[in-house]
Amino acid sequence: MPTNILMPALSPTMTEGNLSKWHKQEGDSVGPGDVLAEIETDKATMEVEAVDEGVLGKILIPDGTEGVQVNDIIGVIVAEGEDAGSVEVTASPTSTSSVEAPGSMAESKAIQPEVPKTTSVVELDYTGETANMTVREALRDAMAEEMRADDRVFLMGEEVAEYEGAYKVSQGHLDEFGDKRVIDTPITEHGFTGVGIGAAFLGLRPIVEFMTFNFAMQAMDQLINSAAKTNYMSGGQMGCPIVFRGPNGAAARVGAQHSQCFASWYAHIPGLKVVSPWSAADHKGLLKSAIRDPNPIIFLENELLYGGNFDVPTDPEWIVPIGKAKVVRKGSDVTITAFSIMVGKALEAADALAAEGIEAEVIDLRTIRPLDTETIVNSVQKTNRLVSVEEGWPFAGIGAEISATIMEQAFDWLDAPVGRVTAIDVPLPYAANLEALALPQADNIVSTAKSVCYRN
Amino acid sequence: MATKRKSAASKASKVKKSAARSRKTGGNGAAKTQNSSEDLVSLYHDMLLIRRFEERAGQLYGMGLIGGFCHLYIGQEAVVVGMQAAITANDALITSYRDHGHMLACGMDPKGVMAELTGRSGGYSRGKGGSMHMFSTEKNFFGGHGIVGAQVSIGTGLAFAQRYKDDGTITLAYFGDGASNQGQVHESFNMAALWDLPVIYVIENNRYGMGTSVQRSSAAEDLSQLGAGRGIFGIQVDGMDVEAVKEAGEMAAAKCRAGEGPVILEMMTYRYRGHSMSDPANYRSKEEVAKVRDEQDPITNLQSRLLKQKVLSEDEFKKIDKDIRDVVAEAAEFAQNSPEPDPSELYTDVLVEV
Repeated sequence: MPTNILMPALSPTMTEGNLSKWHKQEGDSVGPGDVLAEIETDKATMEVEAVDEGVLGKILIPDGTEGVQVNDIIGVIVAEGEDAGSVEVTASPTSTSSVEAPGSMAESKAIQPEVPKTTSVVELDYTGETANMTVREALRDAMAEEMRADDRVFLMGEEVAEYEGAYKVSQGHLDEFGDKRVIDTPITEHGFTGVGIGAAFLGLRPIVEFMTFNFAMQAMDQLINSAAKTNYMSGGQMGCPIVFRGPNGAAARVGAQHSQCFASWYAHIPGLKVVSPWSAADHKGLLKSAIRDPNPIIFLENELLYGGNFDVPTDPEWIVPIGKAKVVRKGSDVTITAFSIMVGKALEAADALAAEGIEAEVIDLRTIRPLDTETIVNSVQKTNRLVSVEEGWPFAGIGAEISATIMEQAFDWLDAPVGRVTAIDVPLPYAANLEALALPQADNIVSTAKSVCYRN
Repeated sequence: MATKRKSAASKASKVKKSAARSRKTGGNGAAKTQNSSEDLVSLYHDMLLIRRFEERAGQLYGMGLIGGFCHLYIGQEAVVVGMQAAITANDALITSYRDHGHMLACGMDPKGVMAELTGRSGGYSRGKGGSMHMFSTEKNFFGGHGIVGAQVSIGTGLAFAQRYKDDGTITLAYFGDGASNQGQVHESFNMAALWDLPVIYVIENNRYGMGTSVQRSSAAEDLSQLGAGRGIFGIQVDGMDVEAVKEAGEMAAAKCRAGEGPVILEMMTYRYRGHSMSDPANYRSKEEVAKVRDEQDPITNLQSRLLKQKVLSEDEFKKIDKDIRDVVAEAAEFAQNSPEPDPSELYTDVLVEV
């Protein structure tokens, strides 16, 4: 009975990968634990092992193939003496998974995150060269460029140096800058956050990576009581030029403790600036601004966006100012504000709305604090309707703040109550169907936009 | 039941404490000869300035001129004065909210410190920080931190920056016996040892974290050994003897500067006043306080030695005391007359302007 070898999902966010190398050839015997092939995921190169005993009857995806989708059949294992030539390959992804990686989740099907492919969102005033790159590469380049330009800039965090980032964001940094400036910390968020803040007080420009912002809760006292407040408490003597960055919000199927949007938490605090971009260009331009800024910056990324491709200006002096939102789609009927991964959902919703004759204007907030209320108000004065979209919870969320602000500043321009699209007000569930229900989807944005337009 | 347990704990505490004392340094015959007469007079002066300043701060608090929390350093003066005498002006220091003594010891102006206590525009933070949150980048004083233990990881970060810049300077990170149980303190010990950071952790063990004695809050008998598992050298020091403190400080500073990594100095000291102005200190007997005051007071003891050695005469001591009282009176005067901050100050310094 032939067994299909499927392209395994080797990380929570992996949707496809590269088949770097087969370790077994057609006709080789394989047993449980034998390394079959090397697969390059969005995070690392990993070996996959056979689970079943038999003979590698057929290799369907050869060495060096890029972009192999998770669950595609990459080979077939047959029983001893069975004829591989007679194997009928059936594309039934649920049949068998006969490979696994140690500690991976190859047996379960990871949710397929929607990663934006190629969308050009270069600042309008930029006319120079651009290069297509991922958000991950844009962050890497932003840090490298700023470290080249300023000796005071350094990167610290868990797995940032030798591992090159838990999400491969700091690739090549240790090689280029050495272990003085690219520093692996122990797993000790409270402590190393304080260390970073102290280094900033003495004139360095630290970039502190949190493997995810969930773990920054361990360091909340330092972030708020020390980083945010000291300049005020010292009468302006001691600013804290530091960037705290890392993935924020839900990833994919990692459950309640690893999936949370902290935008409204940090945006509540005077003394912090909070940035949360969507496109690769904005990740690069805003991270460079953040590193140069003399204040503590909370830079909220999103794991599911890391692999997204965008055009990015190549000029190392091109930056995006903190505090400026961006209209990423023009429209006249309803304004939709969003940030981070929700910008993609909002654009998707806008396309669907256009098909129904509703032209949505989509604003990528990019910076949460200071919020660019002017851009939102200007848009609402044109559309008279507003929908706020965020991945976080509704209570005291960013949408609540935007609603209040627009009520205060543009009340007479509103033709309908402000609509809010948020996560459902529950801890994020693990089950794939429940997770999808809990997080805002394009459909939710479409229906809320239609309701504020009084359309069914 | 509770009473019984308390009394048992306090008996145990006496045993433990005397055992701890026997291990501390302080037979400092050699150290005394190293300090010149001028050095000793300067140490005496600096301790007395802190004592008189704190007494006046206590008065102003009683008059309602100082608000909020106010934690006095009376009794512990030898610790910061001895340590600051062991380092240079380019070295950094950071401490908790019991910080007035540290500011005076590193040369900050008593007027600016007292005016911050009264919340006036002439204060170091222009009235926006208060007793617990004062800073002077000019004097390399990095606060003044209100959250127990937070200054320890920040201080470790100062040392990280010093090593990064490789400028030969070191950091003194002061904290109390109470803070020594905070997780981030141990996280900091780990990183400092891992990266050989030039930081001296000065544990000011005044025997009580607010109202809880060390014996009731720490399973460790010897706080100087809290970093031992990570290879951090540590000793207990008689924190009521300014010369012993200075000697230990010089030893520790030399180790840090030689690239040997962090050092822990546990200063065995005592605070005469309550934890803060509002603490009646019912957790210890008046006799306990009086005994320390009578037998171990760092200022009186140094004065006796200097008189005995004829370094200074009674009249010369009177003159020092009068001069200090004048400085403190001037500071108090300034702190009461300095205007409150302008209402526009409410909105400044939230962010550094770009």
